[in-house]
Amino acid sequence: MNGIHDIGGMDNIGPMNIEKDEPVFHEDWEKKVFGLTFATLAAGIYATDEVRYLTETIPPQDYLTFKYYEKWLYSLELMMLNKNLITKEELESGKVLAPELATGVEAATPERVQYGMNNRLPVFVDVDIAPKFKAGDAIIAKNINPLHHTRLPRYIRGKRGVIEMRHGIFLLPDTNAHGGPDKPQHVYNVKFSARELWGEDAPAADHVHIDLFDDYMDQAGQ
Amino acid sequence: MTESNHRAPLSDVQLRVKALESLLIEKGLVNQQALDAIIDNYENKVGPHIGAKVVARAWTDPDFKATLLEDASAALAEMEYTGIEGSHMVVKENTDKIHNLVVCTLCSCYPWPVLGLPPNWYKSTPFRAKAVRDPRGLLREFGLELSTDTEVRVWDSNAEIRYLVLPKRPAGAEGMSEEELSKIVTRDAMVGTGLIALQ
Repeated sequence: MNGIHDIGGMDNIGPMNIEKDEPVFHEDWEKKVFGLTFATLAAGIYATDEVRYLTETIPPQDYLTFKYYEKWLYSLELMMLNKNLITKEELESGKVLAPELATGVEAATPERVQYGMNNRLPVFVDVDIAPKFKAGDAIIAKNINPLHHTRLPRYIRGKRGVIEMRHGIFLLPDTNAHGGPDKPQHVYNVKFSARELWGEDAPAADHVHIDLFDDYMDQAGQ
Repeated sequence: MTESNHRAPLSDVQLRVKALESLLIEKGLVNQQALDAIIDNYENKVGPHIGAKVVARAWTDPDFKATLLEDASAALAEMEYTGIEGSHMVVKENTDKIHNLVVCTLCSCYPWPVLGLPPNWYKSTPFRAKAVRDPRGLLREFGLELSTDTEVRVWDSNAEIRYLVLPKRPAGAEGMSEEELSKIVTRDAMVGTGLIALQ
């Protein structure tokens, strides 16, 4: 989706606001939103890509003005509604009115969340698929403009880059954010010159590196 | 904040969070102890002090540095500095000729196990918009002026791989121990928005 979240490369967004000695959380509700999101994700109720997509559906004027964890709150409420685990009436009243909705789900235990916080949980997919590209290959990023979730940002589309390295096989976010079907494929780090992305005024030496799935690229002719 | 003129002790957002929290717990979708453990971990346990230890070790142990740059996921897992949002790691070294900067233009991806949760500026739209478009101008806002013959490499962490910058060891730090070095490594230097200087 060509949403406001895809903001890389936009000008005039505003000055940096750098807070000295910033706390991890500014208010109590922020830590709750963070913890509730983490806990429901750890319970396997949804995939990270799904919640990222919901955040992308926040109307642009709200996206630019919400506090960071307000975006998370919006997405978590919407996720629980979409998954039919909580009703609108329950959210408005704060009272359990439909206990039967959540009976099929088990909360993530303290042991489970502790494990996830301290152990390597590779999200590699263990399937045997040949990579489409190898280090050194010249590629062109596809010009796609899907209405669904994607991790191919606009500033990269149609641009020419070079494969730097291969990371491994992951699930394509474009389908994983929407309940499948699973599309496991290779992910590569790809190098783009600043001039390819932004024109001849960009510094000659500079580059942007980004991680791209097989489906996001074509081989580029020389 | 509420616009009505009755005395509301809690803001709209606070009320929504309270409602959501009690619903998720009462419905058995979230375990209270698990929730407390998550908050405690990210508020009190993980943070840039962990990444600083990794950097200090890399500065003093050439074999570790080589492993870290070759396969950061394995090197960090071996030190038990791993977990969600840090299972697939890549570490990039700053040199006299190369300056690395990490961003997530699409959301706020960040290497939690080694840096903790990101600061607001990292998650903000100005940072995300400018990092890939004008990194040198952005770095000036952090007080960094890079020479034109330094190559700026921006790492947009848009997939599941998380990036950490291995900063340059400052001049004058030759005699310092690993522990002393870990005290001078800053979060900003490990994101690429800062350099390390001795006081």
